[in-house]
Amino acid sequence: MRFWRERLIEAALLAAALATIATTLGIVYILVKESVVFFQHVPLWQFLTDRQWTPLFADAHFGIVVLLSGTLVSSAIALAIAIPMGTVIAMYLAEFAPFRVREVAKPLLELLGGIPTIVYGYFALLFVTPLLQWFYPALPGFNLLSAGIVMGIMIVPYVSSLAEDAMRAVPMSLREGSYAMGATRFQTAAKIVVPAAFSGIASAYILGISRAVGETMILAVAAGMQPNLTLNPLEPAATITAYIVQVALGDLPHGSIGYQTIFAAGLTLLLFTLACNVLGHVLRRKYREAY
Amino acid sequence: MREHSAAELRALIALHRRGDVLFAALGILALGIAAFAFAALFFDMLVSGAPRLSWQFLTGFPSRHADQAGILSALVGSALVMLVTAAVAVPLGVAAGVYLEEYARRGWLADLIEINITNLAGVPSIVYGLLALGLFVQQFGLGQSIAAAGLTLALLILPVVIVATREAIRTIPQGIREGAYALGATRWQMVSGHILPYSSPGILTGIIIGLARAIGETAPVITIGALTFIALLPPAPVTPEFPWLSFEWLRSPFTVMPIQIFNWTSRPQAAFHANAAAAGLVLVLMTLAMNGLAIWLRHRLRARMRW
Repeated sequence: MRFWRERLIEAALLAAALATIATTLGIVYILVKESVVFFQHVPLWQFLTDRQWTPLFADAHFGIVVLLSGTLVSSAIALAIAIPMGTVIAMYLAEFAPFRVREVAKPLLELLGGIPTIVYGYFALLFVTPLLQWFYPALPGFNLLSAGIVMGIMIVPYVSSLAEDAMRAVPMSLREGSYAMGATRFQTAAKIVVPAAFSGIASAYILGISRAVGETMILAVAAGMQPNLTLNPLEPAATITAYIVQVALGDLPHGSIGYQTIFAAGLTLLLFTLACNVLGHVLRRKYREAY
Repeated sequence: MREHSAAELRALIALHRRGDVLFAALGILALGIAAFAFAALFFDMLVSGAPRLSWQFLTGFPSRHADQAGILSALVGSALVMLVTAAVAVPLGVAAGVYLEEYARRGWLADLIEINITNLAGVPSIVYGLLALGLFVQQFGLGQSIAAAGLTLALLILPVVIVATREAIRTIPQGIREGAYALGATRWQMVSGHILPYSSPGILTGIIIGLARAIGETAPVITIGALTFIALLPPAPVTPEFPWLSFEWLRSPFTVMPIQIFNWTSRPQAAFHANAAAAGLVLVLMTLAMNGLAIWLRHRLRARMRW
């Protein structure tokens, strides 16, 4: 009796753990199922090489490069801000900051990371863009620059918190050895702690990259939703994610080609973040320093 | 290597010391920029939104006239969606965390589940929206309902709850388990009588952080197709007649706070932007309160932990 009850409970708990596998299978199933229909209409090479993205027009073109360019530019801006700022903050908090500063700064960063992205979108469109227009009046109301900057600010806490954890995990004896050789704090941080924590810092960066690529609302609100093949951050452009939002806002009938494009776009996004995760895994394996 | 004179050495030391000071200044500058961004965001919304905050704004329905519009349907929608999310994510997440820490034997299955959870945590939220659109809305026929949105957000925060549960369980010393087994407890008696109660503050922290994330999520809910103009409330969950509980609300269309903000932000008129700021202020205060509560709980927990 007791034995069977125990087995039953264990089976129920296992079922809950398997729900996470079911989620992954569900995502892959849905994206692949709808994308297969899409790729029967649109050949893969056209999807990859066409330089126009007009799926809802009579003369329909399906060039994912157009959406990728928006994603690329906005992510590059965001990472150009988040990676240096996040690294400096992590190094400062792990190696330099007095206890009191850290006690205040860490919760503050955590709160900054908890702000809903739609609020960041509002901030980008109605605060940062007008601010930038004050310096450069020709800037259009929707642009990749302001969305990218705000996205960078949003990602800083993710990068800094993971990178700091990695640096704190470096054993004290390494630092003591470095100080004993006469190194300064900065030399110790830059030449001993950062290389020793490299695998953790790299996964912090990779998390930052996948956040930037998958970010949706800031771009949908502040970068405009017109597909635009450009590398100029001063122009408006749609990203993969903003395009999905734009289509979802309209009322596309289930089963139409427009409806299926968002699943093909979503599959592209999933493959990209999956590649990031695998890369992170490989880096962790390869550069892990065991103490 | 060349011999340095004392003066040269002193100059070198001073140079290196200056490097330290410079880097500390850089660190404080970077933190300052982050703090400034936070302050700018908050005060910008406060200045634009505070004049709109009133009882009428909190209890009014959306309207074509910006000065009469309110957020009642969005507030109620968010609360009901969170109810579904918590009801699904908490039991599933805690059970999965308990299984992985206390039951799973080392092997390919445990490894697979673990790698899968790490991967899920990195999947962009809009992809969950596509899953929900294809699976919940179309295949399961849930439609654009509170149930579909709640389930989607539950899947989204499941990794957060699982990871928090596992971390909380891992801090419990082995001696507790051995003590329970020594008294003849079965595994489940040990888990339900000791592991769960001792890890509950840590688990609670994870749940609150997960829900704070879910309440601010916009993209997956838009993908499901939540409406933005809802001028009525879902049916009440409590009814005057037997059986006193009604689950009609699960199937009803809805809007949530982030969608209402998105809708107002995308309009060209400045009057609606003020509404967006006011609603944004309410949402930020809600998420800050939830995150603050979680941080405080964790802090208290760390101070009280004595094994």
